[in-house]
Amino acid sequence: MTAPHPPNPEPAVAAEPAAEPAVEPEVHDDGPPPAGPVANLGAGLVTLAVGVGGVVVALALGVGTPAQPGSGMWPLVVSVALVVLALAQLVVGRAGGDGERFTRHSWMPLVGLATLLGLVALLPVIGFEIPSLLLSLVWMRFLGGESWRTSVVCSLGAVVALYLVFVAALGTNVPHLF
Amino acid sequence: MAGFEVVLEPTNLLYCLVGVLIGMLIGVLPGLGPAATIAILLPLTYGIEPVTAIIMLAGIFYGAQYGGTITSVLLRLPGEASSVVTVLDGHALARQGKAGTALGIAAIGSFVGGTVAIVGLTFLAPVVASFALDFGPPEYAALALLGILLVSTIASGARVKALVAAAIGLLLATVGRDAFTGTERFTFGSLDLADGIDFVPVAMGLFGLGEILYNLEERHRAVHAPGKVTNVWPSRADLRESSGAVTRGSVLGFFLGILPGGGATIASMAAYAAEKKRAKDPSRFGKGAIEGVAGPETANNAAATSSFIPLLTLGIPANATMALMFGALLIQGITPGPQLVDQHPELFWGVVNSMYVGNILLLIMSIPLVGVFVRILRVRAAILAPITALITMIGAYTINNSAFDVLLVVVFGAVGYLMKKFGFEPGPLVLAFVLGSLLEESVRRSLLMFGGDPSGFVSRPISAVLLALFVVVAVWPLVQSARRRRPAQAPTPDREEASV
Repeated sequence: MTAPHPPNPEPAVAAEPAAEPAVEPEVHDDGPPPAGPVANLGAGLVTLAVGVGGVVVALALGVGTPAQPGSGMWPLVVSVALVVLALAQLVVGRAGGDGERFTRHSWMPLVGLATLLGLVALLPVIGFEIPSLLLSLVWMRFLGGESWRTSVVCSLGAVVALYLVFVAALGTNVPHLF
Repeated sequence: MAGFEVVLEPTNLLYCLVGVLIGMLIGVLPGLGPAATIAILLPLTYGIEPVTAIIMLAGIFYGAQYGGTITSVLLRLPGEASSVVTVLDGHALARQGKAGTALGIAAIGSFVGGTVAIVGLTFLAPVVASFALDFGPPEYAALALLGILLVSTIASGARVKALVAAAIGLLLATVGRDAFTGTERFTFGSLDLADGIDFVPVAMGLFGLGEILYNLEERHRAVHAPGKVTNVWPSRADLRESSGAVTRGSVLGFFLGILPGGGATIASMAAYAAEKKRAKDPSRFGKGAIEGVAGPETANNAAATSSFIPLLTLGIPANATMALMFGALLIQGITPGPQLVDQHPELFWGVVNSMYVGNILLLIMSIPLVGVFVRILRVRAAILAPITALITMIGAYTINNSAFDVLLVVVFGAVGYLMKKFGFEPGPLVLAFVLGSLLEESVRRSLLMFGGDPSGFVSRPISAVLLALFVVVAVWPLVQSARRRRPAQAPTPDREEASV
């Protein structure tokens, strides 16, 4: 799934309004630089922590004997493998690896994530229509830089289309207001 | 051949058609490759009866594959690794105003490659399945381990990170009630986790939402507008020039696709290399050689189809996309494996024959509809992103009518985004997650069989051979990089596999 992003020689479409002119120079580049040793160190430490946590929980579950494996044995084997791999990554993998540095646009996925969590919280309470509309507006207007008019029209259209597909056509049980 | 009657029922044909169409629609969105497309669309196949659902999935599968080709040619954005080489000549052709020809040849090549592979599958699959009927838990354990290792080592990123991802996938698979003892593991008191983590939210989050979140940030440097696409029907000269490439690509793709781990990717690259080597004037390659599109596009479809062989006959998915198909079949109550041909012939042949139909529908629809897809690509990503995200979220809810599933999708979406940022492949994680319970069960059953003596694994010939292969695959790269490092002192030891 790692689709490489070759530099695009074609001119950028004039989609972005003047809201963020500083963005332009980045349009043609090859993407942010690789994540680098600090990120690799961090990722290694996180995986190490997950592995150690797994070992602790697995031991508490009871390992049993090879003839009578307990429910903790397999998680223990996997967690130990994870610890070994995490250590290997900390030792040999610090310089290499792909990944990319966080850019000054990295707040966007964070906002996106927040709106998605909002949708999860509101969905069972007030149905999908209003949260979907709000999410779509935020993504189009603030994350995508579309005009208010485009954002409102497209968001309304999207919610109506989703309603027609999921409620009217497929008859799913997704909570809905109307 | 009873499967054909089933497939040709009007309802089934309609679902196949719808599958191809929406597979292409979502697959054509930049950044969303076949795995993401299938993950996002999985909920649509719920509540449909199994055979129909599988036929629709076959349609989605082929549509999604072709969707990736469209973005490769028009936008230089390959949907997945297997259409990376298509970019070289496909996009060069597009810049010469011959995007239509490239897409047309790709569709025809895909059709031929896919069909050749299905014919091969029809004959080979029952043979492999009968061989695998003797497999017991130790063989399955060894096979699953080998499959996970192969997918991790052939992944395009850093090898250690791919293995880390696989280990985390195995660990995630243990969440929930232990099938042997009933003890709850890693549930931390949560009732929602007691039944384990469902495969679909994991796949939808890691592949679907993860990509969507990543693209939110990415969009700022990848704004494209495809040109006009005319003349989709290739000329007679184009067809003549590519016929050899299509033939070679079909055969090459079929055989490389059976091997576990990124079959389609290797097949497309091998086909490109083969065409370039055979060409009278290799310098045309990269500047719009039609064989440079025909060969790889034929080979990757042939390989994508033949990679169903290990899935349907051994129950071992060969790559991430197959892991998704595996999950989808499980949800329909079908456990792929050697018994499938004998015990449920109608399902087995239904799956196989639905591929014929999916492939034919793809050919019929792709060429006339290219214009529509180009128009979709002109719609700005800022407008498409929330719509795709909402389809994913609402789709996830409809699986079990559970808000917890939607939360899982969001959580795994965040994990998928972070994995991408830190250079971890989601493929090995999903594959290991899917195979996790099979692997644990096989290992524990084997240990019970052997009375706790692990040497039992090497005393049975087939599992011994598989484990020996496992060791070779695991150790070989270490030997290789040690050899390479000694003379050159290479500073980045774990990047060499990117050249696979």
